[in-house]
Amino acid sequence: MTPHERAVPHAAWVRSHYLTGFVYQCLAIAEADVRKLRHDPTELVTRAVQPTLWLLVFGQVMGRLREVPTGSLSYRDFMAPGILAQSVLFISIFYGISIIWERDMGILQKFIASPAPRVALVLGKALAAGVRGLTQAVIIYFLALVIGINVRMGIMSILGVLLSTILGAAIFSTFSMIVACLVKTRERMMGIGQVLTMPLFFASNAIYPLALMPAWLQAIAKINPLSYQVDLLRALMIEGSQSAFGIGVDLTVQLAVLAALIGLAARLYPRIVA
Amino acid sequence: MYKNQAAGEGAVRPALEAVHLTRRFGSFTAVDAISFSVLPGTIFGLLGPNGAGKSTTIKMLTTLLLPTAGTGRVNGFDIVRQSVDVRRVIGYVPQMVSADGNLTAFENLLIFAKLYGIPRAERRERIMEVLAFMGLSDMAGVLVRKFSGGMIRRLEIAQSILHLPPVLFLDEPTVGLDPVVRRSVWDHIFTLNTEFGVTILLTTHYMEEAEELCQQVAIMHQGRVVTLGAPADLKATAGVTTLDEAFAHFTGSSIQEGGTYRDAARARRTARRLG
Ligand SMILES: Nc1ncnc2c1ncn2[C@@H]1O[C@H](COP(=O)(O)OP(=O)(O)O)[C@@H](O)[C@H]1O
Ligand SMILES: [Mg+2]
Repeated sequence: MTPHERAVPHAAWVRSHYLTGFVYQCLAIAEADVRKLRHDPTELVTRAVQPTLWLLVFGQVMGRLREVPTGSLSYRDFMAPGILAQSVLFISIFYGISIIWERDMGILQKFIASPAPRVALVLGKALAAGVRGLTQAVIIYFLALVIGINVRMGIMSILGVLLSTILGAAIFSTFSMIVACLVKTRERMMGIGQVLTMPLFFASNAIYPLALMPAWLQAIAKINPLSYQVDLLRALMIEGSQSAFGIGVDLTVQLAVLAALIGLAARLYPRIVA
Repeated sequence: MYKNQAAGEGAVRPALEAVHLTRRFGSFTAVDAISFSVLPGTIFGLLGPNGAGKSTTIKMLTTLLLPTAGTGRVNGFDIVRQSVDVRRVIGYVPQMVSADGNLTAFENLLIFAKLYGIPRAERRERIMEVLAFMGLSDMAGVLVRKFSGGMIRRLEIAQSILHLPPVLFLDEPTVGLDPVVRRSVWDHIFTLNTEFGVTILLTTHYMEEAEELCQQVAIMHQGRVVTLGAPADLKATAGVTTLDEAFAHFTGSSIQEGGTYRDAARARRTARRLG
């Protein structure tokens, strides 16, 4: 068999199993990242510091104040899902740096010169960010149990929280990849990430309810995908809490945003190697 | 592994063609309407100093970069209109280090085996085959960041032939390697070509590399192909004894002088990483 003939059955296989092939390709990209984390898990430890401080220090102190109107929930119960969303946001918003790094190395060039569709390359990376997000969920659950936050322990609730975490990480990491494809350098990417995180965080319902905000901030918070992420997490995670927007709305908004971002990122992706 | 593709060849169609291929960055023309064609089973060298436009040419032929004008074909597929088909039949080793240092050699190959849709049943065997072919069998489970420059290059070539592509692009395959290691990489490239008939386009600014490996070379200078042919014919035409002198004859400059500060800095950086 000639190499050319050899290549054809694969092409045929890829065509006839388009969807399976697509899923495999996404998973392959995500797998690379997970394997790297396994070889060097120090990152997971350093990533645990921030949420721990927020929950233990900020949460305890603010909880004493009893000034934030969190309805039937205690302040710590109210903020725990917000801190999960926040730490996932912090990881994801800088995720674009990793593709710039891979571009600088020449790794990304080979991915882009492979027959994998661009959407699969982007979705695979988003999924990898999701896996990093999951490690944050594990940390937050652990802390929540230690300090006695009222988390729902049902299997469906936990599964729901984990899937929502992946969704949130996918949204913000894809956004970050889009920025990376536009700005192309690590330094600029760092700058933009730093400029964006805090406004996204504060203009959301993560650590105080929307009702506390002035009208202009409420308006911004309502177009901030992070608010829908927090709302969904809070409803799924905390005993006795209810979604403010409705779980259907939370999901629809986030999936629509993700689809739009993935589409855009897939179009821009080849630019990063140009 | 590969079976020789030169066997049973019918009407010979070029494995690789560039037709007035052009790429501009803003007002700067990096590749200026170059044309060449490469027959199946040939090692073809793009020879020129840093900044001549070699990498840009490869990026267009591997569909990483759209041409500003002109086009190219790989195995009969148009690089612009049939880019996905092109990607299926090529292997590509970029100029930069492109193996992931934080994964093992096996993992680096595994990810690509999955990306190229190599069926699960064949994956492991194929990976071990290409590792053995490149002399890296014992290194399968080692993190690539512990590899030497020569081993990284061989791993990258192993990865590029995993899906048995009939056409291979190697961008500066031996830049920054010391002479002994360079020779070992040449041997592997040579075997791929002679035993399996793989068509190879490589770029280089080393004259010995071009003389040693390439059946055909195109001398590039400031984005243009200045001349094209077998190294022996080029030397005969120029009436000189080395390719270095032939280069000087055809371009009116020495290859060592080429490139800008940026190009030199980049080449050194690459060399250091590979070192
Ligand atoms: N993305 C880019 N933007 C602007 N100029 C570029 C870009 N890529 C390459 N160039 C320029 O094009 C010329 C050719 O580059 P290249 O193809 O990398 O040369 P070679 O590989 O022969 O050293 C160089 O002057 C380089 O600076
Ligand atoms: Mg180059």
